[in-house]
Amino acid sequence: MTALKAWMNSPSFDNTVQKWTGKVRDFIIGICTAIIIIGVCYVILSPVIGIVSTAFMTAEDMMNPLVFLIPQNLTLSNLNYAVTHMQYFRGPGLSDLIIPVVGFNVTQAFFSLVEGTFIYDAANFISSILSGALLQTLLFSFFLSIVNVIICSMVGYGFARFKFPGSNVLFAIVILTIVVPVHSYMVPMFLNFRYFLGFDWNLLNTWWPLTLLSITGVGIRSGLYIYIFRQFFRGLPKEIEEAAFIDGAGPLYTYTKVMMPNSVPAIVTVLLFSFVWHYNDTFFTSLFMNDANFLSVRLMALGGTFSVVEVVFSQHLIQMVVFGGVLLVIAPILIIYLFLQRYFVEGLERSGIVG
Amino acid sequence: MEKTLGQRRKGLSLRGREVLSGFLFISPWIIGILVFFALNLGQSIIFSFNNIIIDQEHGGFDLQWAGLSHYHHIFFVDGSFNRELVESIGQMLINVPLIIFFSLFMAILLNRAFLGRGLVRAIFFLPVIMATSAIEGSLELIVSLMMGGVTSVPPEIMRAEQGFDATSIAFMLSEFGMPMVIIEYIIQAIAMLHDIIRASGVQILIFLAALQAIPPSMYEVAQIEGATGYEAFWKITIPMVSPLILTNVVYTIVDTFARSEVITSAREMMFTTVSLADGTRVMAFGQSSAMALVSSLAACAVLLIVGWAISKYVFYYN
Repeated sequence: MTALKAWMNSPSFDNTVQKWTGKVRDFIIGICTAIIIIGVCYVILSPVIGIVSTAFMTAEDMMNPLVFLIPQNLTLSNLNYAVTHMQYFRGPGLSDLIIPVVGFNVTQAFFSLVEGTFIYDAANFISSILSGALLQTLLFSFFLSIVNVIICSMVGYGFARFKFPGSNVLFAIVILTIVVPVHSYMVPMFLNFRYFLGFDWNLLNTWWPLTLLSITGVGIRSGLYIYIFRQFFRGLPKEIEEAAFIDGAGPLYTYTKVMMPNSVPAIVTVLLFSFVWHYNDTFFTSLFMNDANFLSVRLMALGGTFSVVEVVFSQHLIQMVVFGGVLLVIAPILIIYLFLQRYFVEGLERSGIVG
Repeated sequence: MEKTLGQRRKGLSLRGREVLSGFLFISPWIIGILVFFALNLGQSIIFSFNNIIIDQEHGGFDLQWAGLSHYHHIFFVDGSFNRELVESIGQMLINVPLIIFFSLFMAILLNRAFLGRGLVRAIFFLPVIMATSAIEGSLELIVSLMMGGVTSVPPEIMRAEQGFDATSIAFMLSEFGMPMVIIEYIIQAIAMLHDIIRASGVQILIFLAALQAIPPSMYEVAQIEGATGYEAFWKITIPMVSPLILTNVVYTIVDTFARSEVITSAREMMFTTVSLADGTRVMAFGQSSAMALVSSLAACAVLLIVGWAISKYVFYYN
């Protein structure tokens, strides 16, 4: 008894109690965190789980009320139909492919030149792969998101670090560009690209309209990217720029060699958002590039196309194929995201240098 | 020495060079604003003061001056615009704090090290991917499928369509004697849980990037100085992410506004036609432009007030 009392009065007892309360606290916090994260994940995942399981079901499973989520017979036929009707891998061919050349269709000229030879067949095969919806969408989104990162970071840097007359008013206009809904000026914009700069110069159905919008910083949600970069640059310590200035670096050099390498988290964020929003966009692509073979537009049309071509009228069967299509559209971005996520973490170490 | 050299070479003061390089950095955007934004928006404003008559023989359209009649129509004749506008703004003011708190909270949770963090972060990115009109249409169907099986939907599951049976909670709370106002807010928050989670994907990512830009050395110093985690949160985390809190508030307001009822109905109206008193058919585009412009002005006013209020508390590192 006395030994116990002596132990309770000793400092080692305090240490033990502290250690155990700390452990219990960490355990309880861990459990609560896990519950919240798992719960929220379920809310997000539940439609996806449904889509994935339905996409691999056969028609019998779909109609069987005893089957819920776990298919009895796995099949790839839904995905197969989706791949075919969305022109996922194989497109209509290069003669329809949109390449950014104004006023002159290079591909059509080439095809009429080699007609009847084996070159025609080979070119047709290659071009059908090149014009596949997946490849087209990836190329298009990647190109425009790179453009967005370059332009918006430049503009954002200009707003973040340089004081010039009217900078606040101009920055208010940046916000205005994201607030004013695009559809309120879409008809003038459409006409603007149909008769570009007032000439009979048709830019529709080329990559030019969206490229021009992105290059000039008013593309799909460009205002938001400018805003993100501006806020990020303002959050970086000014000392490194002052050091660069004293060492004789000009503004452009400071921007490319000092600021950009230090803003990897912002770059990855903007790259990712820009990529996803171009990938998902249906508004601009259907407005400017009606003939283009893009995934989001194909997905919108998938139900109708499948129903007409395969002569299927059961809503359930159509839905199964559409879910297959949704899966095929989501999967590539998810893979890209998993790859880019490493750079989020890398940003952590890089900003450690800054501090 | 460097300064004087620069002055002689360019003939510009330090201040002049700053102004010049500032304008050079934003020059692409200035071109874009003038050519693609101001011009088109101006055209749209002109449309809102005109009737647009489709020329069916030659194609194209004619403008017929209509004065303020479209604006008069949406405010005093149209039955739903006023209500939709007020409701959209009200919904926005309820949603924004919920989304901001939720996304900051989730970002802090996701920024901790735990098992399967990469997987969870990928899951949180899903709402951003799926927020497209192409996918959203099929989402509604799958949500009802997930809740109610395929062929049979029992009534008790129907009732829980929001993913949670809110009525039983409401009964329980009113038994406890809780005031009705609070019960209503709780019920509303629960019913919107799904929407809030789906609407905060972008905000969570922006906060994650902000949290990771905080130098870890700051926390180390705070720990050495004896700060608790709670103090470190209020003295380091919040000030350091505050510029991006402002960004997220702006984004959330814009995003909720873009999805709001008033914008949806303006968009739906765009390609419909209406008949004038004398029987000519005109595009409703003029009226739709007026609706979009008025609601944008309202959203700008909200942004201005909220942005001004928050920017007073935003901390910039330098």
